[in-house]
Order: sequence, then C-alpha cells, then structure tokens
Amino acid sequence: MARVIVDVLPKAEILDPQGQAVARAMGRLGVDGVADVRQGKHFELEVDDTVDDAALERIAGSLLANPVIEEWVVRRVQ
Amino acid sequence: MSRIGVITFPGTLDDVDAARAVRYAGGEPVGLWHDDADLRGVDAVVVPGGFSYGDYLRAGAIAARSPVMGPVVEAGRAGMPVLGICNGFQILCEAGLLPGALVRNHGLRFVCREVGLRVEADTAWTSSFAAGQDIRVPLKSGEGRYVADEATLDALEGEGRVVFRYTEPAPNGALRDIAGISSADGRVVGLMPHPEHAIDALTGPGTDGLGLFTSVLSRITAAA
Repeated sequence: MARVIVDVLPKAEILDPQGQAVARAMGRLGVDGVADVRQGKHFELEVDDTVDDAALERIAGSLLANPVIEEWVVRRVQ
Repeated sequence: MSRIGVITFPGTLDDVDAARAVRYAGGEPVGLWHDDADLRGVDAVVVPGGFSYGDYLRAGAIAARSPVMGPVVEAGRAGMPVLGICNGFQILCEAGLLPGALVRNHGLRFVCREVGLRVEADTAWTSSFAAGQDIRVPLKSGEGRYVADEATLDALEGEGRVVFRYTEPAPNGALRDIAGISSADGRVVGLMPHPEHAIDALTGPGTDGLGLFTSVLSRITAAA
C-alpha cells in the first residue's frame, strides 16, 4: 500500500473568486502581507502496489481535476 | 409520439419540470435513471438541472461518469439531440460532449432571477425561434460562469455555436456573455438558464422556454 497526495488548484488564468474572498478576510484579521490566495482541493489516496504512476495520472487528470480549469500535482508520500 | 428521455440523478431537482415541458410541447417524456445501462429507445435526451451527487468534487463531475452517461455520450456523438440545462450543462461539459467548463459566479452569489437571452444559432433545440429572437427565462445557479480558453471561444463564435447569449452583461461573469453553446453538429446543446421553467404564464415568466422542446420534436418528426 502507498499513500498518494493529489493537489488540485484552479489554473492561474482562471478567476478564483473564493481565493480572493479568503484573501480579503485575512486583511480583516489584522494580518498584512498576504498578496494572493488561491483555493484548491487536496486528496489523499491509499492505493495498492498495482496502481502505477500512469494510473494515478489518469485518476488525477480525468476525475479529480478538470483539465479545462484546473492544474494538479501527484505525489507519492510513502 | 416522439419519446424524450429525462434523466434523474440523485440530487436532480428539475426532472419533473423538464418532463412537464416535454408533455406541453406534445412529446412523451420517458424517465431515465442514473444507473440505467441504456436509453430505452428514446429519440432525444434532456439532462435536467439540480445538484446531482450534491455537487461533490465539481458540479456535474460524478454524474458525468455515471452509468447512464455512457450511452448518452455515445448517442450524442452519433447525432441524437441532447439538451443539458443548468446542472445538465455542467454534466455535458464534464462528460466531454461540450467544450469548456462552468465555474463559480464571479460575484460568489447564487443568482436567481429572470434573464434575457438572444437566440443566436439554429440548432436541433432552437429551430422554432427566429434568428436573433430575444427570450426571457429564469436563471438559478451558483456555478454558471462559462469559461473556455480563447481558442475555444473563438472557434465557438466562428462556427456559430454560441446558441444563447445574455442580453445584458452576464450576471455570473460568463466569458463573452455566453449562456449556452452547441456541439459542432448543433444537436447537443447546453445552457445555464431554465427554459423548462418558462412554459406556462401561470408558473413562470412566460412561455418562451417551450420553443426548445417544440424545436426538437419537430426535428425528430422531420427525420422520421
């Protein structure tokens, strides 16, 4: 078994109104210096040894993320 | 009588109104379930609005990969008329039948009101309208902002596949004020506003929405 992390973020050119709203709220906490926030999704998968990198890429690129609007990173952590 | 399939996913809301619209237009609605393996011999399919699978992952993402969508995608690519309304439009984009994606409204607000739409393309679902006709139907969505890359937007415009455009600045920030688009052959159409809620003056802003359903029925009859 292995643990795999998939992080998904809206593409840079896609407007992220949620991230912007979070960034504005930070200012109201009295914290200065946060220039930008982008909000995405974090997936943790427990996979057995038969799931290779190509399969993980397929899972990420055809289900966990929508390539039209999002980018993603797949990492094996153990 | 032409048979129009109306799909129900867990979390679908507008299947009853879509079936009613089919009946008002003179067709026979046929209920299809998300777990169905075939389309029960229907002549066209409506993918209605709502919050299929609770909008988990992304709006329409899980529904696009449900069993019934396999035959819908296959039939749609082969020329069967398919209409996606609101969540149905999101599902058709997620399933790859239509290009682009629907993302959160630019103002983060759920928009629920009547909107004006200009009918800009002659498709299987709009042949009852005059070119450039303005219609009024309700819009009710939180993730209705149509996006696609510039090349895709240019191609849609160039090929006459922008079917519906908001007649005012898009209330959700949709690129180029696009409310609905079609496949290259004009038989698969998706739009965010709800024509099925505008088929009777008693229960909606008017009857403008009925034209989508009469269009497809006359198209089916003509082909038979």
